[in-house]
Amino acid sequence: MESRSHRFKANASASLANPVLQANLKTAKGKFVDKRAIAIREIDDFEGTREAAKDIRNRVLENLDLWLEKFETTAHARGATVLWAKDGAEICRHVAEIGRKHGVKKAVKSKSMLSEEAGLNLALEAAGIQPVETDLGEYILQINDNEPPSHIIAPVIHKSLDEVADLFHATHQTPRKTEIPALTREAREVLREHFLTADMGISGGNFLVAETGSVALVTNEGNGRMVTTLPRVHVVITGIEKVIPTLEDLSLLMRLLPRSATGQSISNYVSVLTGVKRPDEQDGPEHLYYILVDNGRADVVGSEFQDMLRCIRCGACMNHCPVYQTIGGHAYGWVYPGPMGSVLTPLYTGLENAIDLPHAATLCNQCGVVCPVKIPLPELLRKLREKQVDRKLRPLFERIALKAWAWVAGRPALYGMGARFAVRYLKWLAGGRASIEIMGTAPEWTAGRNFPAPEGRTFRELYAKRYNKK
Amino acid sequence: MRIALFVTCLVDMMRPRIGFAAIELLEAAGCEVIVPGTQTCCGQPAWNSGDHAAAAALAKKVIGEFEGHAYVVAPSGSCADHIRNEYPKILADEPEWHARAVALASRVFELTDFLVNVARLDAVPGRFAGSVTYHDSCSGLRGLGVKTQPRALLGKLPGVELREMAGAEDCCGFGGTFSVKFGDISAAIAERKCGNACATGAGTIVGGDLGCLLNIEGKLRRMGDERTRVMHIAEVLTATDGEAGAC
Ligand code: SF4
Repeated sequence: MESRSHRFKANASASLANPVLQANLKTAKGKFVDKRAIAIREIDDFEGTREAAKDIRNRVLENLDLWLEKFETTAHARGATVLWAKDGAEICRHVAEIGRKHGVKKAVKSKSMLSEEAGLNLALEAAGIQPVETDLGEYILQINDNEPPSHIIAPVIHKSLDEVADLFHATHQTPRKTEIPALTREAREVLREHFLTADMGISGGNFLVAETGSVALVTNEGNGRMVTTLPRVHVVITGIEKVIPTLEDLSLLMRLLPRSATGQSISNYVSVLTGVKRPDEQDGPEHLYYILVDNGRADVVGSEFQDMLRCIRCGACMNHCPVYQTIGGHAYGWVYPGPMGSVLTPLYTGLENAIDLPHAATLCNQCGVVCPVKIPLPELLRKLREKQVDRKLRPLFERIALKAWAWVAGRPALYGMGARFAVRYLKWLAGGRASIEIMGTAPEWTAGRNFPAPEGRTFRELYAKRYNKK
Repeated sequence: MRIALFVTCLVDMMRPRIGFAAIELLEAAGCEVIVPGTQTCCGQPAWNSGDHAAAAALAKKVIGEFEGHAYVVAPSGSCADHIRNEYPKILADEPEWHARAVALASRVFELTDFLVNVARLDAVPGRFAGSVTYHDSCSGLRGLGVKTQPRALLGKLPGVELREMAGAEDCCGFGGTFSVKFGDISAAIAERKCGNACATGAGTIVGGDLGCLLNIEGKLRRMGDERTRVMHIAEVLTATDGEAGAC
């Protein structure tokens, strides 16, 4: 997917000015937050469990190559083929190649963010394979002219029921329905046909289990099961960082993932799929492929940003983010929104291509305290800012202003003079009123709110006077 | 007990009365308050903007000015959090300075945290009466665990009625330089905070960080609300009057 992250500021302003989106965001806000808060209380030692989850993920990342090799060996032993992809283009080439080899005309897909990273649907069409998204949210986006998702687990959270009703009515040429169950039934009827006629199923993978060579899928709609068991060919596309050592580890991580994501104790479906269909088995694919993707991840391993690779894609950080809640996911411009996206996008697509994202956060650390694998998101955002400064990627004016301010702040006498001047100026600007409505020196501030007027003297002045010392 | 007051740059410029209120409270708790005269800013804006060198220079300046005191108290969770939790990170690569940062860290406190947990203030000097709602600022709350301390102090004022708002722990949208880099997003977040605060019907919004308070007050006034007061916790605890109006 092409990144529009360099236009974050304009995207965000457009989101704020879009009344339909704003209304939808307001409806969605807090839904997951409240449910998560209740769900985590079911775990006796939530903090201890987070710590253990963090350890599991760290253990893998410290020897990622070894765990991947182990996974490759065990998966291979169960009849799967493991392929590696350097980037999105290579994912597309692999899938097209697999399609050609097995004479695939149609591929049903369950949710995969890697597919979004690669822009796979367009590539499949170009290769003569019809892609059909079967996750309800992803399906809605696909029939809406391949709209990008705005959330990693609830891709259409930005849409209202009304908008979906209109879309189904127009696309399916059926009477307009406004009840959710009726709309779901309609989607099901359309999709069933595709499930039965597809030659290939494409899924993501929440975890890869090294000891057994399995992929774990966590879904709520059951489409994942159909995608992975009905077609002859199953292709799993996932990031190289998704591997974990054992099934035991999976069970621990699963205590956190659905609770952090949707506030469910357990999602409706958890599938652990191992290998191709064996002679005595009823279901399953005859051919199973894993495409394990780098696309920027390998460079993060061993770097000061390695913590980010612990991410288990639960979405809690964005659900709790005041900025995400206010502008929605599309403004972030690439596949991953919210705090995790603001760290991942510059790392995967280049620091210079997402210059605003590390700054698009108040550093309130709401994300850091909810992250189930304890990723210090604000700290990583701050480190990215530091990288930008080191590489002189910040605007010249900002760099000079910062340097000048820091230089003055290091000189108390000069600083005191500057402060005395500034407060008098602001007091004058307020002209006797309690707050300033237009401030030329900080237009961004006063565009949306007033700036309260200062008292007019600095503390240092008043203190010196009151305590009669200088 | 001798303590050093870290006034903070915002209080110095915008609301000196908060600094004097802090002194009054600390003295009421039996402390002798020193105000090191060369202090300026803790350097947080530099650190959060990615300027490591500037952040380190200011950190060293603060350490030099304050390390000789038994305790350092700031009327701001954000600055106290920065000195306590970030200075050791900022100076991680300079062993001698790092050690000094760590030595200072455990003696730095946010004002209400210090009054309740260290100085064990009995009675507060103020006579404020009225309904208030308390905004939990992010750094104080999540960085230093400031949550019950200001409420305990408000509880010592018999005339104060605390009305908790929905999302009291949600960010107000200030975020330091964020507020001037992304003014529209920042103001939109502030609007939600103001809505939650006003929904309580409280006459005064109280908080422990001036940055948030300026943001909230600025948004309220822009929304046309001239009546709801926005006050720092130190002002409330030392005030001699009651409230003016409600949202
Ligand atoms: S960064 Fe943490 S909270 Fe955000 S999606 Fe990843 S695991 Fe979940």
